[in-house]
Amino acid sequence: MQVSKEEILHIADLAELELEENEIENYIVNLQDILNFANIVNNAPVEGVNITIGASESKNVFRKDEKKVFDNIEGLLQNAPEQDRHMFKIPKVLN
Amino acid sequence: MNITELTVHELQEKLKNKELTITQINEAYIKQIKEKEPEVQAFITDLTEAAINQSKEIQARLDNGEELGNLAGIPIGIKDNICTKGVKTTCASKMLENFVAPYDATVMNKVNAEEMISLGKLNMDEFAMGSSTENSYFKKTKNPWDLSRVPGGSSGGSAAAVAANMLPWALGTDTGGSIRQPASLCGIVGLKPTYGLVSRYGVVAYASSLDQVGVLTKDVQDCAMLLNVIAGYDEMDSTSVDVGEKDYTQALQKDIKGLKIGVPKEFYGEGINEEVKVSLETAIAKYKEMGAEVEEFSLDIAQYALAAYYIIACAEASSNLGRYDGIRYTYRSPEAQTLKDVFKKSRSEAFGSEVKRRIILGTYVLSSGYYDAYYKKAQQVRTLVMNEFSKAFEKYDVLITPVSPTTAFKIGEKSTNPMEMYLADICTVSINVAGLPGMSIPCGIDSQGLPIGMQLIGKKFSEETLIKAAYAYEQETNFREKYKPTFKGGVQ
Repeated sequence: MQVSKEEILHIADLAELELEENEIENYIVNLQDILNFANIVNNAPVEGVNITIGASESKNVFRKDEKKVFDNIEGLLQNAPEQDRHMFKIPKVLN
Repeated sequence: MNITELTVHELQEKLKNKELTITQINEAYIKQIKEKEPEVQAFITDLTEAAINQSKEIQARLDNGEELGNLAGIPIGIKDNICTKGVKTTCASKMLENFVAPYDATVMNKVNAEEMISLGKLNMDEFAMGSSTENSYFKKTKNPWDLSRVPGGSSGGSAAAVAANMLPWALGTDTGGSIRQPASLCGIVGLKPTYGLVSRYGVVAYASSLDQVGVLTKDVQDCAMLLNVIAGYDEMDSTSVDVGEKDYTQALQKDIKGLKIGVPKEFYGEGINEEVKVSLETAIAKYKEMGAEVEEFSLDIAQYALAAYYIIACAEASSNLGRYDGIRYTYRSPEAQTLKDVFKKSRSEAFGSEVKRRIILGTYVLSSGYYDAYYKKAQQVRTLVMNEFSKAFEKYDVLITPVSPTTAFKIGEKSTNPMEMYLADICTVSINVAGLPGMSIPCGIDSQGLPIGMQLIGKKFSEETLIKAAYAYEQETNFREKYKPTFKGGVQ
């Protein structure tokens, strides 16, 4: 499995990560190693086997769509790097 | 009497007989933390100061004749990915260095309802990604049996603190072996319950379909007692399963005559250290002697399960860690000018290299063109693994395997080669992939004086069977009385 520099930069972009030049080479090697190993799944006898998405039985869990008041808004907002009048603050998006 | 060497059920006995008080117990642990923590480095947040007052308050209420629960005032430690209201929950990451959860995890509510006293939040691999606790942003925890070695991971702080008698027990989480492997490397008992038995509400998500909260204790009886506290249905976790109220201490029985034990021979193959194999063989012989029916069989899924595990875990991680955007969770890059910068620079600066590696792998296997070849295949392998285990449990009550291919390795030995570290999870991950319960108990010591663990695997919600099998073995072999951590190998 060969991973190109363009590919790793594309993947990093999708993941909202900026890689330093010295990280790129490293991650390419790591990713190739891991993918070469993970490729084993393509030899597994899974012809016609269903996929599993979770460890417990998949069933929908419904509840009433009722409003609940979260009692610690201050505690929640205090983790924001920047906040203003009970809102998360971000840099200006529109010019 | 050395208070900190006692198990919780032994402490309860002494409390009942008025040989000890809650304040004495807490003071003894706090003293032990003061002495051992500089070497072991298991804690991220130290809560001992508050604990002194809490223990005095509980003692005063007891002295006034108030009836309290039988765990009131007992110390505990919490892995730092379990949310604690008003106390930092860092996940050992720069990203959450100053994060204070606005609510308690369900398991914390349960611990608090018992009025246990938390002595601290414990070190781990960043976001629980790792098998050595070397991926912590803050510190490297040392193994109390040899301070030049890792305690395992990712719940390495929990395991080391319990092994070093700085805590009587602790909570951890296990996504691919993160409770069982450190328990094994530190010579204590660790249980990863069946997926769905314990609520994940308020536990910072790494791989949601694999994560499970569990316990690290000094012996099997304590394990059953702490499981009693944390197990139970929770409507706040949509994957929580209602199996009714159970008292796991009822399973503490020594008679295992007729217990059917399966030994999957592929788990003893290439890469498993010879001393580990011998120790496991001795333990299995002991089970036979105790009246269990033991049979070797073939369960050829370990390699597939390991590959599927890394695909699924990383895919889920890449999605779960998307929430760290530089807006809501404490860290924002000081360099960020635009909104895109806020995302990219904050994430790039505050995630450690292992976390980025897994996000990249996860994003890759989910990306267009690779989804079918990796992610979908891994999900099919997951079904295969579950089916194979189901077949095995038609014949056997318990499966026995090693926990880790080797005993504790040197700090730095594997940290430069991620693939080598991943391969060492070979014996533990398939249990998470299948959602089964798995337990690690000490079964021997190698020629370097390092503990060896044995893994007991059961079918879903058969924790009682595991506890019974583990208890019977423990009572017969008495590992704790024979061996103790030596704290050798520290920096000279």
